[in-house]
Amino acid sequence: MARARPFSAARLPGFAAMAAATFLILYAPIATLVIYSFNGSDSVAVWGGFSLKWYGAAWENAQVQEATMRSVVIALAASGIATVTATMAALGTTRRGRFPGQTLIYAIINQPLMAPEIVTAVALLIFFSSIKVATGYTGLGYLILAHAAFCVPFAYLPIRARLESMDLTLETAAADLYATPWLAFRRVTLPLLAPGIAAGAMLAFVISLDDVIITEFVKSAGQDTLPTYMLGQIRRAATPEVNAISTVLLAVTVALLSLFFAVTRKRA
Amino acid sequence: MTAEERRRARQGWLLSAPALALLLAGASGPLLIVVVYAFLEPGEYSGVEWKFSLEAWFRVLFERDIFDGTVRLADAHLSIFWRSVKLSLLTTLLTFVFGLPTAWFIATRPARTRMLWLFLITVPFWTNLLIRTFAIMEVLRNEGILNGALMRLGLISSPIQILYTDVAVLIGMTYVYLPLMALPLYAAIERFDMRMAEAAYDLYASRWQVLRKVVLPIVRPGVVAGSILVFVPSLGAYVTPRVLGGGKNMMIGNFIELQFGAGRNWPLGAALSLILLAMVACALTIYVRAAARAGADG
Repeated sequence: MARARPFSAARLPGFAAMAAATFLILYAPIATLVIYSFNGSDSVAVWGGFSLKWYGAAWENAQVQEATMRSVVIALAASGIATVTATMAALGTTRRGRFPGQTLIYAIINQPLMAPEIVTAVALLIFFSSIKVATGYTGLGYLILAHAAFCVPFAYLPIRARLESMDLTLETAAADLYATPWLAFRRVTLPLLAPGIAAGAMLAFVISLDDVIITEFVKSAGQDTLPTYMLGQIRRAATPEVNAISTVLLAVTVALLSLFFAVTRKRA
Repeated sequence: MTAEERRRARQGWLLSAPALALLLAGASGPLLIVVVYAFLEPGEYSGVEWKFSLEAWFRVLFERDIFDGTVRLADAHLSIFWRSVKLSLLTTLLTFVFGLPTAWFIATRPARTRMLWLFLITVPFWTNLLIRTFAIMEVLRNEGILNGALMRLGLISSPIQILYTDVAVLIGMTYVYLPLMALPLYAAIERFDMRMAEAAYDLYASRWQVLRKVVLPIVRPGVVAGSILVFVPSLGAYVTPRVLGGGKNMMIGNFIELQFGAGRNWPLGAALSLILLAMVACALTIYVRAAARAGADG
């Protein structure tokens, strides 16, 4: 039984072709979207020469400006709250041995990752609509609370991972040298933990910025964020303006993601 | 329990308390209200009447004729459930067909370039789901590049309607969830010593036998993890079927939304949400069992 070529795991027939097809399929639609954001014509399908006019249109669109501001405010507030509470929870649930109820804490923290987002969205719609009726308050607080809640697991996981890989001896040394627990935390634990916290905060920020479903259900009238504004536009006749906004969001995501990789790479 | 252990446990709970309070107010707590709402009567315009009722659960499967009151199976509801399960299973299968060779390809690259390929898989994963859905919508529309390419190749003479069909939803979900299959597959394959496949081949196993007897058992944990990571969000998908499926081709997620919008039947929406939650819980239970088995075999 003669064989033409020695077998190589790296060269299974057809696998490289399928992989190439996958990358093409993954990137072709995104590339098309970006290219058409520079379209000079009014149509999303007919190419009318290179132009930046849709970026200009999006920039000057008051609705887009407001939605962008709102998205950023919500994402900053929500990721801030989520990161602080997640850091505390990570400190509380790691490096102290197992304690009663720990599994319950994990379950509650990770719950937003398990339940389909539409179910959480519906639950929040019911809950917040009765509070809106009772208190009359219809501000951004609801969106910030909802976003902060589902951002917690995304902030918690990288922080916990960092804590678990950290060396305990440095804190013990600080304590031996008469540092108070607070001083040891501030001067030793926190600086060591900083990359994990930064990674968690960035993840939470991106997750909040991208959210569509929960925002769509929780927002009051006139509280569109950038994604819900885009959803509305897509359902009507979309212009390349949506492509322009998407391209900018895409650039922000890639930048944050690169930063995230850079931060998490530098492991102790 | 010693005093020291008690102190540590108390500290653990105290430090976790703010996060738990946040989640109870903004995620887990409201889920309990959904349970209550599923057993109430719908209000006239929206909301609920605070009267106990099992009507919502009845309405999930049956409908009553408004004129003669006869009861029959709600075919429309059943077809939405069936479509959701069918499309989610097909999405899982398709992401596997594309994901396995891709993960294999990345795992067999030299260490230097591997990180780059991995990054290329990760970027679409972190890109806004709505943007990706919009991107695929542009490709699928009648004037889009897919129809354009097919016509240029002479395969079709006029554009075929893909957008706003089940096929569009399937393509879209496969597209947006592909990284969720490829990444765990990669993690499993990366740990695999490729020389084992080569050894099997040297011992006269056919390529197919190598794949089935050596490779698959080793990547099985990745297959199990990838399948659950794709199946669960597919089942609860909302944005992709709404954008690509148009108004008619609803999945459970859109059907739930309908009850809180034009349908004005909050209890039915709540009951449907609980059913979706139960379906996800079933899938997760099967996953935990399968993962344990895959772990025991590997």
